[in-house]
Amino acid sequence: MKYLTKITAMAASAMIMASTAFAADFKPAVIYDMGGKFDKSFNEGVWNGVKKFTDETGVSVMEFEVTNETQREQAMRRMAERGATVILGVGFAQADAIAKVSAEFPEKQFSIIDVSWLDSPNLRQYAFKEHEGSYLVGVAAAKASKTNKVGFVGGMDIPLIRKFACGYVGGVKSVTGNAEVYQNMTGTTPSAWNDPAKGAELAKSQIDRGADVVYHAAGGTGIGVIQAAADAGKLAIGVDSNQNGLAPGAVLTSMLKRVDVAAYETFKDAMDGNFSSGVKILGIAEGGVDWAEDSNNAPLITADIKSAIEAARADILSGKVSVHNYETTSSCPY
Amino acid sequence: MNNAILPRWIDIFLLPIINLLAALCVAGIIIALIGENPFTALVVMLKGAFVYHGGLGYTLYYTTNFIFTGLAVAVAFHAMLFNIGGEGQAMMGGLGVGLVALAIDPFLPPVLVVLLGICAAAALGGLWGVIPGWLQARRGSHIVITTIMFNFIASSVMVWLLAGMLMNPGQMSPETRSFAEGVGLAQIHVIAGWLGIEISRSPLNLSFPIALIVSVGVWWLIWRTRLGYIIRATGHSEKAAIYAGHDPARIIMIAMAISGALAGLMALNEILGVQGRVILNFTSGYGFTGIAVALMGRNHPVGILFASLLFGALYQGGAELDFEFQSITREMVLMIQGLIILFSGALAYMFNPAVERIYLRLTKQGQADG
Repeated sequence: MKYLTKITAMAASAMIMASTAFAADFKPAVIYDMGGKFDKSFNEGVWNGVKKFTDETGVSVMEFEVTNETQREQAMRRMAERGATVILGVGFAQADAIAKVSAEFPEKQFSIIDVSWLDSPNLRQYAFKEHEGSYLVGVAAAKASKTNKVGFVGGMDIPLIRKFACGYVGGVKSVTGNAEVYQNMTGTTPSAWNDPAKGAELAKSQIDRGADVVYHAAGGTGIGVIQAAADAGKLAIGVDSNQNGLAPGAVLTSMLKRVDVAAYETFKDAMDGNFSSGVKILGIAEGGVDWAEDSNNAPLITADIKSAIEAARADILSGKVSVHNYETTSSCPY
Repeated sequence: MNNAILPRWIDIFLLPIINLLAALCVAGIIIALIGENPFTALVVMLKGAFVYHGGLGYTLYYTTNFIFTGLAVAVAFHAMLFNIGGEGQAMMGGLGVGLVALAIDPFLPPVLVVLLGICAAAALGGLWGVIPGWLQARRGSHIVITTIMFNFIASSVMVWLLAGMLMNPGQMSPETRSFAEGVGLAQIHVIAGWLGIEISRSPLNLSFPIALIVSVGVWWLIWRTRLGYIIRATGHSEKAAIYAGHDPARIIMIAMAISGALAGLMALNEILGVQGRVILNFTSGYGFTGIAVALMGRNHPVGILFASLLFGALYQGGAELDFEFQSITREMVLMIQGLIILFSGALAYMFNPAVERIYLRLTKQGQADG
């Protein structure tokens, strides 16, 4: 008996030692981009995933927010030198930096969100099938529209945002073939992500032309879009995180892009020793994109709308409908 | 500015140090309020800027930017022109380097491309200074207003080109393709590597020695040449300059051209030294910080060198603070930098009367004793 307790005690202490040694070895780090981690949008989505990871595992994550171009590379290298074992980059602007630093530290693990074109043996890249999620909210918009005219306000005019627009148009047209979709981009520079006044102006002009549902994919600019739709008594569709609560009753739904899943998964896989490199593309099937339903928009989502969205979702899952990805052809067939 | 009572060493060295200490005290109180130890923070900041792996290199790399933009503000200031367009002039400098490199790097040897790029940086930066200078000299449009407006124009031009015809296809950031292999200013750790010395990696590059040479050049220009004398004379009294037979309008344009060219040279460090391509926003506000650097350095190259080093250390040490303490965010770091600018720029002469009194009492005592 005594012998047995001794053995269990030894085993237990060995386990504790092993786990502390492991905890000391595993050091995650994240580098937010210039928007900062509380941007109510993309970076904050990542932060939510990081927070969930820390809450669940008790492992704290080293964080840094860059303030100028040179700091991206410096921050990554600094994190690696300080013993970070897995480093997460946020956004396509960090692509060059992570390509360089991941090559310098082949024994470390790297991961980046919204990038799919790099090639590095220790780098995991996350891309999202935003076109699939946008297709779903397009279906919802067409069903909810009474004028058969809907709008789209994009942030910076880059292929990624056109991908949102194209999927959305596809969804709208799948319900109402002759519907009109007004599209506007806010600008061509990163400042287009944070210009709510211009977002509101663009949404207003689309509403003046008859649109009664406006979808935005414009980061901070979208706050203005939602506000303008709410002021005019029309409907907006949110993006990235669940924005239904920003103007309850005026936000039809939100296209969820689960960057938090990517952040959480990166750290969790690295911690459990399941880290793999390569490109991970998260669509509806992988839980990477979806539409949002909660108490804020429950009155707006009628049974008819809901069944249409669910049908479209099932069709995409079964492969019956394949939503066109703008980035593959640089054009939109809808 | 001419202080008859205080000897120069107090004006140039002691007062800035007192201002700096005052700023650090206030910053320290705020750091203590958020629950961190201000002395540990200071040590982390200093170590981050000078001791840690690569820290000194980063500090000197930021210093290089501030030397160029600080000198730019100082030269204009000697002609009593307040050039706050350093940001736009630096952007145009970067565009100059970029256009030259992108146009000729497949055909000419890299060394030649770099030399032509440097000339283009100075030329385009100078052009962006000389236009507001001309508007001031010939049309009476105030230089502060026009240089600010030229910052916006420069930024729009950059956006138009980098998000349009110069944008590198196949990716999403507004930036050009990378320059050909070898087109750039070698980084110091690479050069040290050639000599067999291993130093830690940092973006510090040949622009730093160039900045030092340019500083000597500016000192020579302002205090040892005829043109420098006329610039200073025009700045002190335009009427006297006219009486002496100089055309102030011409001097204003020349001073602004030199000032713009100096700001344009900042692009050497960022574009040729580090990025190897033109990117949007590479100036990151260094042009504006140059104003504080020049104010703190009393518009003298030596002062500007020290002020640049201080700001470089603040930038690099500040980033280190952000790394080290989760509670100190980048906004905190910005605030500390703001306090230092406030105390050494806006409130630069706050401690003057007190220092004067103490100095007078001490010297009188000294005389009485003697």
